Amino acid sequence: MNPVMKFLHKTGSPAYFYWLSGRIIPWLWVVFAVLTTWGLYQAFFVAPSDYQQGESYRIIYIHVPAAWLSMMIYLMMAIFGAIGLIWRIRIAEILAISSAPIGAAFALIALITGAVWGKPTWGTYWVWDARLTSQLVLFFLYLGVMGLHSAIDEPRKAARAAAMLALVGVVNLPIIHYSVEWWNTLHQGTTIKIIGESKMPSSMLFPLLLMAVATKFYFGAALLSRARNRLLDQDRRRGWVAKSIREQRL
Amino acid sequence: MNAFFSLLKRDLLLAVRSRAEALQPLFFLLVVVTLFPLGLGPGPALLAKIAVGVIWIAALLASTLSLDKLFRADFEDGSLEQFLTSGHSLSLLALAKIIAHWLSTGLPIVLFSPLLAIWLNLPHEALPVLVKSLLLGTPIFSLIGAIGAALTVGLRQGGQLLALLIFPLLIPVLILATGAVSAATDNLESSAYLLWMAAYAVLMLTLAPFACAASLRISLS
Repeated sequence: MNPVMKFLHKTGSPAYFYWLSGRIIPWLWVVFAVLTTWGLYQAFFVAPSDYQQGESYRIIYIHVPAAWLSMMIYLMMAIFGAIGLIWRIRIAEILAISSAPIGAAFALIALITGAVWGKPTWGTYWVWDARLTSQLVLFFLYLGVMGLHSAIDEPRKAARAAAMLALVGVVNLPIIHYSVEWWNTLHQGTTIKIIGESKMPSSMLFPLLLMAVATKFYFGAALLSRARNRLLDQDRRRGWVAKSIREQRL
Repeated sequence: MNAFFSLLKRDLLLAVRSRAEALQPLFFLLVVVTLFPLGLGPGPALLAKIAVGVIWIAALLASTLSLDKLFRADFEDGSLEQFLTSGHSLSLLALAKIIAHWLSTGLPIVLFSPLLAIWLNLPHEALPVLVKSLLLGTPIFSLIGAIGAALTVGLRQGGQLLALLIFPLLIPVLILATGAVSAATDNLESSAYLLWMAAYAVLMLTLAPFACAASLRISLS
């Protein structure tokens, strides 16, 4: 068996996953704390004021990473869900459903910070702009996944149904996004490009990238913590939990 | 294929035999549309402006109302488990149920839409586009809705949850359809919107039956 498959097989075992994630989580928190402190310092003290928006633009250092992350988490959730559905790997199912509340939270953060920024800049808290609307729809999609999951009592069935819905959502998401874009747009065009020159000076961009990376570490830590709790809750009568307690590994 | 046609025939026959139940979504649609002029005032200019949105949202609500029942009866009397164990392709059987659902609820909505358009004072030149958009859009409601119905089939509070699951997914249909009709009202070309809707309908026609079958398997496990 090649090393990658071996690793996947091993992490698929609840006991090993529980142990491994317990080892990884503290490091994720440390990296998150360091990057966030550095990023926020850069964002608030080093990055220059905007010549048009003054200081209010600084909210993008929260808003943009949260919006990016909320979209990435949906994709991750669908990928975990697909892995769980196809190979019947329980850890993947647990990771998929554990992603949903975190993604919903970041979608909400992006919406709220966007509203706070919109008031001084656009003069209103809410407009039916394309990107705001797709973010709101994304939030509703998360709510749907969470709602379906909580409506089904049997944990594995609930996780698989939620994963299925996440997959259906991920197929539709680009269609929803572009149809909403077509419908109405007021939002500024894309400033940051992976290919080609970004329309943002590097002194402003650097803290944003730091924060974007920092939030990914937060996601990793929060996801693994949630998954561990869920796993422990589901497996509380299983042998490996008792064994771990005896060996004082919990 | 035989199983497909016999299931289609059975579901249509059931719809014909219990006419009152099958026509509920249509009556619901008519009642909801009636409420709008009563609530917003009968001014023809205002009604013409909101007509397409009202018709489409009412159609969306009416379809969702009936989707909740799509698999419920078969689930309760055990037929659904028989489909699963019958050895026939579950996707094909799901497709038969979806088509039967569209024929019994979507098609009546399309047929009655000219009446609604007259009620709401929709400009005459927009009427053909409204009918075409409904003809393309209501099957998408049935197709995507069937996935939601399959996922919520065994649940107690299925109806509201179903709405929460599928409304966000149906937003593109609403946008494209109202875009098409608004363009036609302004004497602009609406075929781009309709072609996009057709593309979406075809995509969902190919994918939804499989997703629906997989969801049924999960719900019955």
